[in-house]
Amino acid sequence: MPKVIVCRCEDVTLRDVQHAIEKGNCDIEEIKRYTGFGTGPCQGKECVWAVARILAEKTGEDVPPFTSRPPIVATAMKYFARPDESDEK
Amino acid sequence: MKDRCDIAIVGGGVIGLSIAYNLAVRGVRDVVVVEGGYLAGGASGRNGGGIRQQWSTRRNIQLMQESLAICKRFAKELGVNIWLRQGGYLFLSKNEAETARLEKNIKLQNDYGVPTRMLSPREALEVVPELDTSRFVAASYNPTDGILFPWPFLWGYADGARKRGVEIHTHTRVTAIERGDGFLVRTTRGDVQAKRVVNAAGAWSPEVARLLGIELPNWPVRHEILSSEPLKPFLRPMVSVLGNGLYFSQSMRGEVVGGITVHEERTNEIKMGSTLRFTQTIARAMIEVIPRFGELKIVRQWAGPYDMTEDGNPIIGEAVPGFYLCCGFMGHGFMMAPVMGKLYADWLSGGPKHEIFDRWRLARFTEGNLEKEDFIIG
Repeated sequence: MPKVIVCRCEDVTLRDVQHAIEKGNCDIEEIKRYTGFGTGPCQGKECVWAVARILAEKTGEDVPPFTSRPPIVATAMKYFARPDESDEK
Repeated sequence: MKDRCDIAIVGGGVIGLSIAYNLAVRGVRDVVVVEGGYLAGGASGRNGGGIRQQWSTRRNIQLMQESLAICKRFAKELGVNIWLRQGGYLFLSKNEAETARLEKNIKLQNDYGVPTRMLSPREALEVVPELDTSRFVAASYNPTDGILFPWPFLWGYADGARKRGVEIHTHTRVTAIERGDGFLVRTTRGDVQAKRVVNAAGAWSPEVARLLGIELPNWPVRHEILSSEPLKPFLRPMVSVLGNGLYFSQSMRGEVVGGITVHEERTNEIKMGSTLRFTQTIARAMIEVIPRFGELKIVRQWAGPYDMTEDGNPIIGEAVPGFYLCCGFMGHGFMMAPVMGKLYADWLSGGPKHEIFDRWRLARFTEGNLEKEDFIIG
């Protein structure tokens, strides 16, 4: 069977995701942790739908995306280190 | 879920799973683990993976020596790679008072065979060349401390326990615990009659104890942490700044992972949302010690609950006959879990009871017999 990549950042394959589901991981947060999908530079923006689809087909249920983490795009620390109005709080 | 069991463990984090695995290895296999979410859903899956022996009391130093020894055998024993890397821990001090604290701890650590030593800022540069030496006056360094990857650690324990007959039920919340001929543990997926119950629910442990009318004094504190883009390996130790609770290390995936103390008002609510205040606080602190971190890209940040106690030590032992506690680990439960699971299983399987089960029992808070551990980071 050809190798199908579902998460390009972390090289997670369709088979990896299926294996995670077979191991009893039944929600998308667990599959993220078990396979590492969605933890690379794109943070799941390219792949979360693909994994959600695999899981939805398996369970027959709606699959919400995993909790998205800030920042929206990878951002250099220096931009957060500058003083700004939120320092007042 | 089976109807009856010897021991029901509430909480499928690293503490509960370590106890379950160690019990099973000792032949106590009639064990059910009940987890409200998924494995690694709480603090066990949200921490920085540090494992250190630089502590300030004899007990914690010795416990952590044993935990590290277990970690070194873990891959072989459980057949899973936990990505353990012993790059050391480097604590930076910014003033005389902090240096004195480090010196006192180093002496104690050396007495028990931990090879920690004091470094001047120049010597610290040999360990981490990127440091700004104008930002600290001394550093304590133990090259045998390290980091590991928390998630596979949990799966290793879970698989090892399951293989030996332990039942682990995820997405199963405990709704009531009723006394009488042991404990009837009611869950969202069925009930189990258990002779003994272990509360290993971390930040959720006060809720679990309250089901039996027991009030616990531990409280949750949101602790945030972030991860950078992956870089080629450059940072050997976990670096920590004593004064502000900053810590960061480079994982085996190449990401720089770091957290810092951000004070919030005390509440009993478990908060796991992310804040901009944290990102700003840690960005400033990291750039201060390593100016080149200004260009380091943050990829994601998240939060987990520290499970706090007044004296910085956990709450363990038998609270009422048959009901055991293993909580209050102050954000350091991951590194404590290997040895805690072993000692708990020794005791519950009929072996020796370690003195910590009396020393750190719940009653100490009302008896006022507190020995403070002051080396809680983050």
